Amino acid sequence: MLTKRIIACLDVRAGRVVKGVQFVDIVDAGDPAELAHRHAAAGADEIVLLDITATHEGRGTLLDTVKRAAANLFVPFTVGGGIRSADEAAAVFDAGADKVSINSAAIARPELIGEIGSSFGAQAVIVAIDARRAKSSSDSVGDAEVYVSGGRKPTGRRVVEWAREAEERGAGEILLTSMDCDGTRDGFDCELTRRVSEAVQIPVIASGGAGNAQHFAEVFKAGKADAALAASIFHFGITDSRALKTEVARAGVPMRLPC
Amino acid sequence: MIAVIDYKAGNLTSVVKALRYLGARDIVVTQLPEDVMRADKVVLPGVGHFQATQVLHDLQLTQATRIAIMNGVPFLGICVGLQWLYEGSTEAQSTDGLCHFSSKCERFPAEFQGEELKSPHVGWNSLDGIRPDSRLLSGIAPGSFVYYTHSWRAPVSKDTAATTNYGGPFTAAVERANVMGVQFHPEKSAETGLRVLKNFLEL
Repeated sequence: MLTKRIIACLDVRAGRVVKGVQFVDIVDAGDPAELAHRHAAAGADEIVLLDITATHEGRGTLLDTVKRAAANLFVPFTVGGGIRSADEAAAVFDAGADKVSINSAAIARPELIGEIGSSFGAQAVIVAIDARRAKSSSDSVGDAEVYVSGGRKPTGRRVVEWAREAEERGAGEILLTSMDCDGTRDGFDCELTRRVSEAVQIPVIASGGAGNAQHFAEVFKAGKADAALAASIFHFGITDSRALKTEVARAGVPMRLPC
Repeated sequence: MIAVIDYKAGNLTSVVKALRYLGARDIVVTQLPEDVMRADKVVLPGVGHFQATQVLHDLQLTQATRIAIMNGVPFLGICVGLQWLYEGSTEAQSTDGLCHFSSKCERFPAEFQGEELKSPHVGWNSLDGIRPDSRLLSGIAPGSFVYYTHSWRAPVSKDTAATTNYGGPFTAAVERANVMGVQFHPEKSAETGLRVLKNFLEL
């Protein structure tokens, strides 16, 4: 049976992990390569490394980090943050990534999705969507809006429509982050996730709002997510992916166990 | 020497890295038929579109593979590399496969038993019906999880070495004598995947 995926996410700034996973064996602001391996060993189904600064100067550091993280990492490995062209994506693949995640650059120039896909396959392209519900609309989910530039700039585009277009242009997966829920620890935006998941054929990765294992079970069941991102979850009494997956499985969601 | 065939479709880094990690030293990433014909083992990785395998015919690699296989050289196709061992795929009707195994690869149906079936099939799924005589899957427990990402799959036949269920059973691994293939990505399937590659290296 196809299992739902728990994806460990490392937010990296200037070559160091800056949040989200510090409590894996009580490691503070760790080395991304070391943490990637630790998460894989602890049962994460996939690793995502997001370069949250993604400055031009930081590029070299990122590629070195990716190379070290990818060495001897035998689960799928995604890298995102500041990838603007097919050439930049190629450099990240060369360093050992299996997939890239693109966000603002895909909105600015949607052709980029197909360009990366034509060289590396659709499975290698994740389109990340930062979404905010339209509070004043009678259909706050249907009218949810896409934001770019780290969530600072509204685009005027509807989330569900952009997800569909990304799929048509050859995206392999959608990484949907609810900006409304992000950081709240009150749970994922299951309704928005479900709306996007039902609108596309490709897998949808839910992100933002996780506070406990029950939240994951909810977004897999009610939200119809295919995968979910775990970052700060590891702060709150859940020590690693294996512990999280065991609890989510207990709630009746198929998980890769033992792992 | 292990020849890893590069047909310019997708990323070979992961496969080569996994083989090296398992102790393979003499790996040649190649597009040359002569390398394939003098290799002790041949690996055909692959992600992406079946159309990309047309290059194998154009570069005379199909013929070289047939000769290597006839000489008893162990051959492993991964993902599209497995699909290429069949007659072809409905993904690219005008491109023939190697025709080593009969029948064609087909797309997952949009619906299965009245329920919508998402495609591509992405994620970790389990191996069932592992053939006891499979050398490639030796030591792998039934129900072990492996990582998939694909939209086309090979049907189940007597050469199937293991199945996976997604919209019904399909061929997860195929094996007849020295010719083998896996639809999943062993280089991305943690311990189980490494065991498959190790089994292949030890043939």
